[in-house]
Amino acid sequence: MLEIKGLEAWYGESHVLHGVDLHINDGEVVTLLGRNGAGKTSTLRAIMGLVGRRSGSIRFNGQELVARRSDLIARAGIAYCPEERGIFASLDVTENLMLPPQIAPGGMSVDEIYTLFPNLKERARSPGNKLSGGEQQMLAIGRILRTGAKLLLLDEPSEGLAPVIVQQIGITVRELKKRGFTVLLVEQNFRFAQTVADRHYVMDHGVVVDHVANHELAGAMDRLHNYLGV
Amino acid sequence: MDLFGIPAPLLFGQVLLGLINGAFYALLSLGLAVIFGMLNVINFTHGAQFMMGAFVAWMLLEWLGIGYWGALLLAPLIVGATGIIMERLMIARLYKLDHLYGLLLTFGLGLIIEGLFRNEFGSSGLPYRIPVELQGAWDLDFMFMPVYRGWVVLVAFVMCLATWLVIEKTKIGSYLRAATENPALVQAFGINVPRMMTLTYGAGVALAAFAGVLAAPIYSVNPQMGSNLIIIVFAVVVIGGMGSILGSVLTGFGLGIIEGLTKVFYPEASSTVIFVVMALVLLARPAALLGRS
Repeated sequence: MLEIKGLEAWYGESHVLHGVDLHINDGEVVTLLGRNGAGKTSTLRAIMGLVGRRSGSIRFNGQELVARRSDLIARAGIAYCPEERGIFASLDVTENLMLPPQIAPGGMSVDEIYTLFPNLKERARSPGNKLSGGEQQMLAIGRILRTGAKLLLLDEPSEGLAPVIVQQIGITVRELKKRGFTVLLVEQNFRFAQTVADRHYVMDHGVVVDHVANHELAGAMDRLHNYLGV
Repeated sequence: MDLFGIPAPLLFGQVLLGLINGAFYALLSLGLAVIFGMLNVINFTHGAQFMMGAFVAWMLLEWLGIGYWGALLLAPLIVGATGIIMERLMIARLYKLDHLYGLLLTFGLGLIIEGLFRNEFGSSGLPYRIPVELQGAWDLDFMFMPVYRGWVVLVAFVMCLATWLVIEKTKIGSYLRAATENPALVQAFGINVPRMMTLTYGAGVALAAFAGVLAAPIYSVNPQMGSNLIIIVFAVVVIGGMGSILGSVLTGFGLGIIEGLTKVFYPEASSTVIFVVMALVLLARPAALLGRS
């Protein structure tokens, strides 16, 4: 579904990705693990066209996206949930939820999204900046499920949230997989990643340095600890 | 009948005059606020575009025989289209640079446009008649109110309300508000933000031209009519808060009235009172009344 080869990216003068290679099959949940600054977030941003300059190849369902503008990348069927969540303060919950335009048929209905995240329904008229961190995260994920995009890029959805909310996010990601979404997940929370993913890529210094299937994870612990410094 | 020792007709007359000026302040600062909110550019061409609105109305009448009502619709479309071309060709190149560049470019363009019109039409001013339907005056007991002036206040108010509704209550408005906060993310959701910015600039310019058509029968149509007004309008925008729609509208009408009342009670200060208010507001609340800090 997504095939990335030799992806390099720059923010102004600073060279942040040095040839990332990875692929994701239809219906998989794949994580990007790695230390702070390893290039995980930059990889997602580069896929979305949100970095200054990029080169290499990003093929998605047979289309080359590396030279496209970010709105056309979204329209190709990729939806993005940023690390800072990007909830708009001047929009209420419903407006935030309805903001991303539908780009293909087959997205979830608002009712289905409210069933997944009942808290959001109660806060439908609250302004975006009055939500708790957990509610913001649910809204940030919920609003990209409506669009019909089949590939979801989620940047650290568990970050800074209480364990019970992290659990709920985990249930959500598994539910999304069941519904046929493909997910590329950036995570620092190793244990959380383990409960949701099929495979893991490990990044360091702007490249992918290792690749582990989820069932081999236990045996690869020593190696990973080395990369992740935990 | 006297109020505060001032004859009522004089007092109400000045309040009305203030309201009319306020209507123009509000319409113009509204356009500026919409443009600044979305493009982050302080549009110093705004006064020239207001003037263009009045001139286009005059040209439509003199050259094509299209009267006031047609001009009210066509002039904003025509001047808005010139704004769209300007944004595409020039202003769009400045978004990534400091505010100062946008200011210099739009200020320079304003001067060029004004100069071109002065060259072509002179600076003495051209007459534009009040449409027949809006001639005459109402007798309000305490004063005579010209119908056209009442119309200006009403239309300006309706226009401000409509703009506010579009921005606060519609889907397009939610795109605008979201793109004001985080344009990159809005674009990453699949919305063509550059095109939205172009259209926003066009709409803001069209609002200025609309105000220009409204002004044509009141002030004489001349190349300086915008630059006289725009300095005050910038003070209004600063007081109301850069980019705040509600702030610009309320301060526009409010300061018009304050200015009118100052003419009654202390005429010497009437041309400076707005700037005094601006200085006080900036001292007390640098983010202005309803602005974002």
